[in-house]
Amino acid sequence: MSLGLLLLLLIALAALGYVAGRQRALAAVRGDARDLHSLPAYYGQAVALAAAVPGLLVMVVWLITQPLLVERTTLSLILTEDIGPGSSRELVMADIRRIAEGMGVLVATGAANEGEIAALATQPDALKDRLAAVNVALAAPISAPVAQAALVYRQSMETGQGAMAAAVLAVAVAGFLLALWRVTPAFRARNVVERVVQVLLIAASSLAILTTAGIIFSLLLESWHFFQLYPARDFFLSLTWSPKFGGGSDLGLWPLLWGTLYVSVIALLVAVPIGLMAAIYLSEYASPGLRAIAKPAIEVLAGIPSIVYGLFALMTVGPFLRDWFAQPMGLGDSSSSVMTAGVVMGIMLIPYVSSLSDDIINAVPQALRDGSYAIGATQSETIRQVVFPAALPGIVGAILMAASRAIGETMIVVLGAGAAAKLDLNPFEAMTTVTVKIVSQLTGDTEFASPETLVAFALGLTLFVFTLGLNVLALYIVRKYREQYE
Amino acid sequence: MTAPAMAAPAKATSLIEPDARTRRRNASERRFRLLGLSAVGVGLLALVILLTSVLGNGLSAFRQTWITIPVTLDAAVLDKQGNRNPDEMKKVTTLGYGKLVQQALLDALVEKGISTGDLTPKEVMALLSKEAPADLRDAVLADPSLVGQTIAFPAFATSRIDGYFKGRVTRESAERDANISPAQLDLADRMAEAGLIETRFNMGFLTRPDASELRPEAAGLGVAILGSAYMMIVVLVLSLPIGVAASIYLEELAPKNRWTDLIEINIANLAAVPSIVYGILALALFINILGLPQSAPLVGGLVLTLMTLPTIIIATRASLKAVPPSIRDAALGVGASKMQAIFHHVLPLAMPGILTGTILGLARALGESAPLLLIGMVAFVRDFPGAPPQGFLDPAAALPVQVYSWTQRADPAFVERASGAIIVLLAFLMAMNALAIILRRRFERRW
Repeated sequence: MSLGLLLLLLIALAALGYVAGRQRALAAVRGDARDLHSLPAYYGQAVALAAAVPGLLVMVVWLITQPLLVERTTLSLILTEDIGPGSSRELVMADIRRIAEGMGVLVATGAANEGEIAALATQPDALKDRLAAVNVALAAPISAPVAQAALVYRQSMETGQGAMAAAVLAVAVAGFLLALWRVTPAFRARNVVERVVQVLLIAASSLAILTTAGIIFSLLLESWHFFQLYPARDFFLSLTWSPKFGGGSDLGLWPLLWGTLYVSVIALLVAVPIGLMAAIYLSEYASPGLRAIAKPAIEVLAGIPSIVYGLFALMTVGPFLRDWFAQPMGLGDSSSSVMTAGVVMGIMLIPYVSSLSDDIINAVPQALRDGSYAIGATQSETIRQVVFPAALPGIVGAILMAASRAIGETMIVVLGAGAAAKLDLNPFEAMTTVTVKIVSQLTGDTEFASPETLVAFALGLTLFVFTLGLNVLALYIVRKYREQYE
Repeated sequence: MTAPAMAAPAKATSLIEPDARTRRRNASERRFRLLGLSAVGVGLLALVILLTSVLGNGLSAFRQTWITIPVTLDAAVLDKQGNRNPDEMKKVTTLGYGKLVQQALLDALVEKGISTGDLTPKEVMALLSKEAPADLRDAVLADPSLVGQTIAFPAFATSRIDGYFKGRVTRESAERDANISPAQLDLADRMAEAGLIETRFNMGFLTRPDASELRPEAAGLGVAILGSAYMMIVVLVLSLPIGVAASIYLEELAPKNRWTDLIEINIANLAAVPSIVYGILALALFINILGLPQSAPLVGGLVLTLMTLPTIIIATRASLKAVPPSIRDAALGVGASKMQAIFHHVLPLAMPGILTGTILGLARALGESAPLLLIGMVAFVRDFPGAPPQGFLDPAAALPVQVYSWTQRADPAFVERASGAIIVLLAFLMAMNALAIILRRRFERRW
């Protein structure tokens, strides 16, 4: 039974429950709703919830645990000596999954029935040919245990699906009947429904915690795997980055971190003066007309996706900087460079700096300005010597937030900064960043056994810690500052 | 002012004529003001340059050069059995159609009296896209009754010819190009004069699937647009109810305790986590542990949901907060329960704000590419994903990721298409933002 059908059945059952619950409640008081504890609709909702919620819960839990359990039993069929050199459990499992999928295709297209599939599983070579015929190509020949394991995998997944449908429907029907049986005029339906709804609301809001936990868990787990294969000392202290997929790579963090910080510093050097001055001008000087046009226009920059900036760096800014600055000055002839990525990222960050600073400058009480004007200061003197110092903590917070965004930005540096990991001072040289390397180590293949792939998780962890630290600091500073004038 | 200074005789100053110090201060005031104005100007200029650069490079992607030739679909070649059965006709490969098209092209040139010079038939055929025979084959298989007729078949010109008519390829660049020669460009010129070649709007850019490295002229955004649409459906279906539920709890019901504090801090931080980290989460959790397929819109939608939830929650809470407490008090006063007051009164009043926030969140999700790179959305996908619900698990591309993968290809024609794809993406974003603004204008209430 497909998942969609099962969901549809659950929804139908819930709808039926609503009607039945409402009818039963009304019937119990012969149509006079005043004798019911709650409004009739609540009896319906109670039955509907009792039918849908437990069923859905079972379904979600089942969908998460089944693949884990089935994989464990399947892998136990594969002995350690069956795993070839250069391979790993994960790779074998991926093969098994692919073969099982191919078997499914064979059955679905009518090229083979279940019996033939079982027979094929004992003849790995024939199986490979049949799979190739339905466009499931496998690189290596299939070994006998893998073919068997794939069959077991497929069968247990199928039985699992059936069992899940049965369990979900059983739970749903049981909930339905139980709730319907409890519908009496004295049943406090509203209270029950509201309590269930409240629990659902709490669950929804706890998803934020689950997400954070998921991020931290996945980063820590895979980083831990990485550090078992590659010494942490080398990762944190080595100055070279040269992954070789044959093994024996140097995976030092520093060249990447240097590139990241270099790009971010250039981006901030572009964004902070422009953003800050724009914010000051718009909040202190600009006429309402100009402000109404310029402020949204600058904020449009924040709404443009970063891939657009990436393409802008690649097509326009990179060649421009190369032809007009790098080559005439003899600083290299690469169109992707730290400067390219930095300048474009700076443009992207202008609206962050300006709108955050704008808020903060507006929060400085007018009395401070009036006092300053009263003793004869000009407007710019007031801004520089009164407003700016008063707003400084908030502005620092805004800059830190912009910095965290710069460090975590991916598409601009992927397209604009280059891929060579170098410790260099020349800003027109192509360098690379943490995020670029996460992408390049993880796109394409997901073989989670080599340090070259797993290093991406350690890089992700580094990135997460950096940005989180900057954000927490920024939030702390901004909050602290806001309280000052309230 | 110190006492001696005050005692000193006042200098002859005039109220009309400012002294040097005042002039200096006023000049610095003007400088500061100019600096601010130029910062605003730089910001606006950056926006203008960005948009013109993308538009300038990308608009030509919507136009395409076609070579229209009469092709006689010879039944003896295409349908030997003669019973117009598509299954039997599938045996004729693209190669067979290629010969047919080549002959038709040469015939058309002879008929129009266009000399091919010393170009070999193969070089003449090279004016046409390698996709042309496949297109013809698809057209014939879709409508077997065409066999035996002579149809006017518009074939894509190869990307170099296309570029020549759009001004991207010149004779100088053709000298150095192994894929095209100036002689071929001359031939193309003569064909254009004879009306065989024309450049017009190309709907296929929006509807066709991606094409391989060598056929940029045939590449389109169909799969990417559909994949993005599927992902937006997933994001909408998941993030709107979850986001609203979470906001209602946090804004209206939550007691002030450690747990809710923790949730608040988490939401604030999740909004600032770099998007690539969400990609890592999706790769480790959804694909490796749960075994969901790579490149699937469902997985992409799940990641984007997690990313947009904080945005939606923040927007929803703001609009719930904007509903005045008197509404709640009035509902409670006439005997509503707390839940009834929220769901019957506060939520409907906050709905326009919530929808606006959701649309803006969706727009952000639509443009996001970094996490999708990690879950395998960069893979080359030619087949359209199926209809829902199965389609959510089929491999698909996404608009922003398609831009990225086109920039990674060698042929410069793909850069033009990447800019074109950006225009499509920006058009979608502008439509969504406009919708949000209209919603806000139309339904926003000031209390």
